[in-house]
Amino acid sequence: MPDLTNLETHAHDVLVIGAGGAGLRAAIEAKAFGADVGLVCKSLLGKAHTVMAEGGVAAALGHVAPEDTWQVHFRDTMVGGKYLGNPRMAELHAKEAPDRVRELEAWGAVFDRTPDGRILQRPFGGHSYSRLAHVGDRTGLEMIRTLQDRAVALGIQVYMECTITQLISGADGVRGGFGYWRTTGRPVAFAAKAIVLATGGTGRAYEVTSNSWEYSGDGQALAYEAGAELIDMEFVQFHPTGMVWPPGVRGLLVTEAVRGEGGILRNAKGERFMWKYLPDERRAEYAETDEEAARWVTALSQGHETDARRPPELSTRDNVARAIYTEVKEGRGTQHGGVFLDISYLPAETVRRKLPSMYEQFKELADVDITRGPMEVGPTTHYAMGGIRVGAETGATTVPGLFAAGEVAAGLHGANRLGGNSLSDLLVFGARAGAAAARQASSKDAQPYLDPVQLQGANGALAAPLERPEGEDPYAIQRDLQEMMQRLVGIFRVEADLDEAIRQLAELRRRWQVVKATGGRAYNPGWNLVFELGNSLTVSEAIARSARQRTESRGAHSRLDYPASDDATWNGLNSVVTRAADGTMSVSATPLPQMSDELRSLLGGEH
Amino acid sequence: MPDAHLRVFRGDSSTEGRFEEFDVPVEEGMVVLDALHWIQGHAAPDLAVRWNCKAAKCGSCSAEVDGRPHLMCKTRLSDFDLEQTITVEPMRAFPLIRDLVTDVSWNYEVNKTIQPFTPPTDVPQEDWRWQQEDIERVQEYRKCIECFLCQDVCHVLRNHETERPFMGPRYLVRAAGLEMHPIDQADRREYLKDSGGIGFCNITKCCTEVCPEHIKITDNAIIPLKERVADAYYDPIGWAWRKLRGGDAESGARAELPVLQGNPPQTDEAPD
Ligand SMILES: Cc1cc2nc3c(=O)[nH]c(=O)nc-3n(C[C@H](O)[C@H](O)[C@H](O)COP(=O)(O)OP(=O)(O)OC[C@H]3O[C@@H](n4cnc5c(N)ncnc54)[C@H](O)[C@@H]3O)c2cc1C
Ligand code: SF4
Ligand code: SF4
Ligand code: FES
Repeated sequence: MPDLTNLETHAHDVLVIGAGGAGLRAAIEAKAFGADVGLVCKSLLGKAHTVMAEGGVAAALGHVAPEDTWQVHFRDTMVGGKYLGNPRMAELHAKEAPDRVRELEAWGAVFDRTPDGRILQRPFGGHSYSRLAHVGDRTGLEMIRTLQDRAVALGIQVYMECTITQLISGADGVRGGFGYWRTTGRPVAFAAKAIVLATGGTGRAYEVTSNSWEYSGDGQALAYEAGAELIDMEFVQFHPTGMVWPPGVRGLLVTEAVRGEGGILRNAKGERFMWKYLPDERRAEYAETDEEAARWVTALSQGHETDARRPPELSTRDNVARAIYTEVKEGRGTQHGGVFLDISYLPAETVRRKLPSMYEQFKELADVDITRGPMEVGPTTHYAMGGIRVGAETGATTVPGLFAAGEVAAGLHGANRLGGNSLSDLLVFGARAGAAAARQASSKDAQPYLDPVQLQGANGALAAPLERPEGEDPYAIQRDLQEMMQRLVGIFRVEADLDEAIRQLAELRRRWQVVKATGGRAYNPGWNLVFELGNSLTVSEAIARSARQRTESRGAHSRLDYPASDDATWNGLNSVVTRAADGTMSVSATPLPQMSDELRSLLGGEH
Repeated sequence: MPDAHLRVFRGDSSTEGRFEEFDVPVEEGMVVLDALHWIQGHAAPDLAVRWNCKAAKCGSCSAEVDGRPHLMCKTRLSDFDLEQTITVEPMRAFPLIRDLVTDVSWNYEVNKTIQPFTPPTDVPQEDWRWQQEDIERVQEYRKCIECFLCQDVCHVLRNHETERPFMGPRYLVRAAGLEMHPIDQADRREYLKDSGGIGFCNITKCCTEVCPEHIKITDNAIIPLKERVADAYYDPIGWAWRKLRGGDAESGARAELPVLQGNPPQTDEAPD
């Protein structure tokens, strides 16, 4: 174990952990407030998940549908989240997203245009109007590059390929972080007056996922260990359309923009099954016939108005994912266990222009030409609605000095996130957390002191898997975890499975405690995985325990043993996960923050 | 299906590298990155390789497969003769870190020297109106995923041919995206000529051939930029006038590019 007498240490007013959309936006804002900012990320700059986002960023700009306002966006977000979202967050998000998107344009982003030369917006599931600003199907790339260039121009200090493994705390809250350089394996510490966590989601706990190796829930686990509360962890978004074939690309995302542009879902018998699955209370918002849906698509592609209503494929994600799962389960799936998604009836040129990266992805990876035939798709683990509990205005967690924004934070999306609402979430709450962290930092004079005992402990934990003479293989534990979560804590859940999952998680943790990494410290993925796997185990337990507690079905959480929503017991209650004094995980529930009368009236007295 | 035979470069900057051979069971549709993940999970847990998206969207997994630059996540095993051994090596233009991972930080340093987007200060944003066809070219440049494969194959960088640094095709693409943005006000021509070394490019088009995003780097970015630079120097009056019009926006003209250190992976064996 390297000794810590010469530990490389950096000090900043604000330390931002994570350089996706949320972290970059937070860093830019903190810098604008005059803070000295350090920005840490596990991968190279510009490779965070945000780069993969395809469909667009939701903001009520009203360029395509002038009737669109923040009030409608607020309502769509709350309805989509089954009234479990934090109303104040949904309000701030809907109000501020348009400015945050325009700001990107002012920083150099080049969005697709309307015929009158403004930012173009496309329709998406659950959004009442065409609302997603986009660049073809590579919106995330445009966004991260714009933010990255801005951060570089402002001179923000970036630490790339550096993993934070532990937060260092004191009686006054968090004081910094400990981690290592992935390139050398050498330890490094950061002292900071305020910290923003922007580390993204948790999807790697599952076998079929659109998420990269980075999504091991590091931020959720770091915050939990430091005493912060996690909420809504049972709500894992299974995106309805991931690739299912060939095996190597299983789970890769097929953007919702395919359905936004008119993609039709059919089962192996050729039936357009989504008609069957529209929830009764929303049926009036959707077309009634194939013909009406087709008119809507034509109007969309020609950019003119229509009285036709949207196709049934644009129902919310939780609903479409369950529909596909059910079709396959009941024997109407394709050969590879999916359903068909067809956009090939549109002119080939339109498909290539609107969905260039989908066209490439299927051509290169699956030998399918989507302008000529259908894609095969099925649900894939995609997004964590749950995460660290934060204050709406500031992104402050329940631990002093610690803020969180982006996918790692929870509250905006409730029980189900609408497509496009994540990229806008990153911008709005990234900026807010950055500003609040800078304010917090400016109220402290001295750089905090990092407790050497904690640093030693973190250093020892990091070194242990390399120093054990023998032990479990981290890859094998990861495979077992992913297989188990997929099987027992997937789209449909029952109590017996969840109990079994919690039992198996304890067993997996026992194996993890004696895990052995081979090789040296420099760029060693097997060793790096050990730390990430520990976090995956923590968030998996939080997901399973929260799912077991919620004895109803709501949004992305579907219980076979409690198939209906139970408003009498569960409406307006968020699950909360905390670390008890004895180190075990405890689960409880807490009422949603109060809604103002103005917001309540926007929901039409529905809630 | 038969196994695939992979020969993978192993080593770091301090030691002589070597090739290790692995037999990997093949599944339908498998890509080179899948094969490396199989090796990590079953044979060499410490094999160093970068990746994130697995969908050719992030530009992390660049390497040389049978001597050709590729994104490993979209290089199908079925494109190779599986009777033959497939050789996987790190990019050669950049210093080696370990196995298939190279030190690409030089690129990020070059990027810092480019004058960023500079919008006009006297036109309110509500009045920024651009037609789709006017921005299509700029959007082409902005498709770049920073895989650095073009930097890797450009002979000027790969062979360390110049004493003076050359920014390389990736950053000529970035500069083109800024220069041709409908409302950008900065003038980067002096920078491109003096610091960026645009003159070192002799239009071999190797960069365009490898770009996974199919950006026509040479035809659509470098040649138009070269023309702009030439214009400035053969039409100094017009240039001075345009510069005046552009206001006092900084041009980053005197920025110094860092030098790309040569320390490509070494082995005593020749790749076949
Ligand atoms: C394929 C795909 C398509 C999507 N499409 C859309 C879309 O069209 N619209 C939409 O709104 N949303 C979309 N989403 C969701 C959205 O992209 C993500 O939710 C969002 O990008 C998350 O951003 P973030 O800033 O929170 O995290 P990320 O962008 O994932 O960034 C996380 C950062 O944290 C760093 N990090 C993590 N752990 C550590 C650690 N321990 N130490 C140091 N650094 C660490 C990582 O390196 C990274 O830099 C999509 C997601 C996927 C996967
Ligand atoms: S065209 Fe120019 S930039 Fe591209 S590879 Fe050839 S010399 Fe390099
Ligand atoms: S221009 Fe093309 S080859 Fe070069 S870095 Fe960008 S995507 Fe890669
Ligand atoms: S892993 Fe992202 S480009 Fe290959």
